[in-house]
Amino acid sequence: MFSLTPDEWTAVLLSLRIAVVATVVALPFGIALAWVLARKNFWGKALLDGIVHLPLVLPPVVTGYLLLIWFGRRGVIGAFLADTFGIVFSFRWTGAALACGVMGFPLLVRAIRLSIEAVDAKLENAAWTLGANRFLVFATVTLPLALPGIIAGMVLCFAKALGEFGATITFVSNIPGETQTISAAIYTYTQTPSGDAAAGRLVLVAILISLIALIGSEWLARRAGVRLHGG
Amino acid sequence: MLSVAVEKRFADFTIAAKFEAADGVTALFGPSGSGKTSIINMVAGLVTPDRGRVSSNGTLLFDSEGVNVPPHRRGIGYVFQDGRLFPHMTVRQNLDYGRRMRRLTHDAAAQARIVDLLDIARLLERRPAHLSGGERQRIAIGRALLMGPQLLLLDEPLASLDAARKREIFPYLLKLRDETAIPMIYVSHHAAEVKRIATTIVRVENGCVTGIGGSELLDTEDADALI
Repeated sequence: MFSLTPDEWTAVLLSLRIAVVATVVALPFGIALAWVLARKNFWGKALLDGIVHLPLVLPPVVTGYLLLIWFGRRGVIGAFLADTFGIVFSFRWTGAALACGVMGFPLLVRAIRLSIEAVDAKLENAAWTLGANRFLVFATVTLPLALPGIIAGMVLCFAKALGEFGATITFVSNIPGETQTISAAIYTYTQTPSGDAAAGRLVLVAILISLIALIGSEWLARRAGVRLHGG
Repeated sequence: MLSVAVEKRFADFTIAAKFEAADGVTALFGPSGSGKTSIINMVAGLVTPDRGRVSSNGTLLFDSEGVNVPPHRRGIGYVFQDGRLFPHMTVRQNLDYGRRMRRLTHDAAAQARIVDLLDIARLLERRPAHLSGGERQRIAIGRALLMGPQLLLLDEPLASLDAARKREIFPYLLKLRDETAIPMIYVSHHAAEVKRIATTIVRVENGCVTGIGGSELLDTEDADALI
C-alpha cells in the first residue's frame, strides 16, 4: 500500500499551498501586464517585456539571489514590506511562494498575452460604441474571450511553481515544514543514505499532481471553448 | 442634426469632409476606399480627427480645440459591415448588452417591438456561431437599436451578404427608416441600395465630399439595378 510519512505529507501539502498561492497572487498582475503588452504601445515596451521574461532565461540561483538582496529582511523592498505591512519573506513559506510566483510569471504573462492578442480588437470597438467604458470592455469581452489562454497560463505557472527549486532554495533555504517543497525534499532524500524510498514516493506524487493539473486544465479549457463557440 | 467637419491625414490618404445630416437616412455614397468608413469612425469616436468639429443635436462630440467625447458616452449606435456579435453571448445577451452598459432601465415593450420588427424572436437563445449571415446582421442592427441611440451608423450592412441575403435584409432596413425616428447614416458604394433608402445623399470621393443632394447624384443605370 502506497502511503506517505508525516514529513513527506508536510512537503507535499506545503508545495501545493505555495504553488496555489503563487499562481493566484500572480494572476491579477499577470493579466494586467499581459493586457498592457498586448494592447498598448509605449516607450520602453521591449525593455519591460525583457524584464518580465528574465526569470525564464536567468539561472534560477541568480533570481533567488536577487530576491534575497531585495526582499530579504535587510533588502530595500523586504524591509519596507516588513515594517509597514508585517509581510516577511525570508525563510518563510511566503518567500517560497514569492520565488515560485516570480519564476512562473513569464509563463503566465506569455500565455495570457497571446490569448488577448488573439481577441479581435474589432469586437472591443463594437462594445465601446455600445456604451462600455475601457474597463467594462475588458471585463465583458476581452477577458471571457481570453479565458482558455488564462487557464493555460495558470496551469503553466502552477506547474513551474510546483517544480521550482533553484530560486526557492537560494532565497528561503530548505527548512522542513516551512520552505521545504517536494523538490527540495526529494533533493534532501537523495543526499541521505536511506532516502531512496522516500524520494521515490515523492517523485510519484509529483508526477501524479502534474498529470492531474494537465488533465484538469485541458478539461477546463475545452469547457471554456465550448462556452465560447458552441451550443 | 449631425454636423461633421473633419480632417485627417493617413499614411497614403487624406480625409477632408464636411456635411450635415438631418433626420431620415443620409447615405455616404462613394467607391470602396474613398474614406466613408473612416468618416463614420470619426463620428463614432473610434478614430480621432486631426482637425475639425463633430456635433450632434447641439452637443459637441469632438473639437480639435480640446473636446473629444469617448465612444461609450456618445450614444451613437454602430452596425458594422461584419456584424461583430459577441461570440460568447447568446443573441439575447448581445441584444441587451448596450442597455446594460449604459445602465438604462429594461424596457420590455421597446425590446419586443424591435425583436418583432427584425423578426428575431426565435433566435434569442442561440449563439452567433449558429446563425446565418443574414440573421447575424439583423441581430447586429437590433443590438445597436436597443442601446437607445440618438443616431445610427450603418457601415455597408449588406456588403458581406450574398444577393439572396441582401434581399432578405433590405426590407428590414426600409422598415427601420419608416418605423423608427432615429436618424441614420448609411454607408454604401451600391447605387441601387442608396437610391431606395436614402433621404439625402452625400457623395464621397478620395476622402472629400463632392456633392450633396438627391438621387440625381447617382448614375441612373446603376441606381435602377436590382439590389
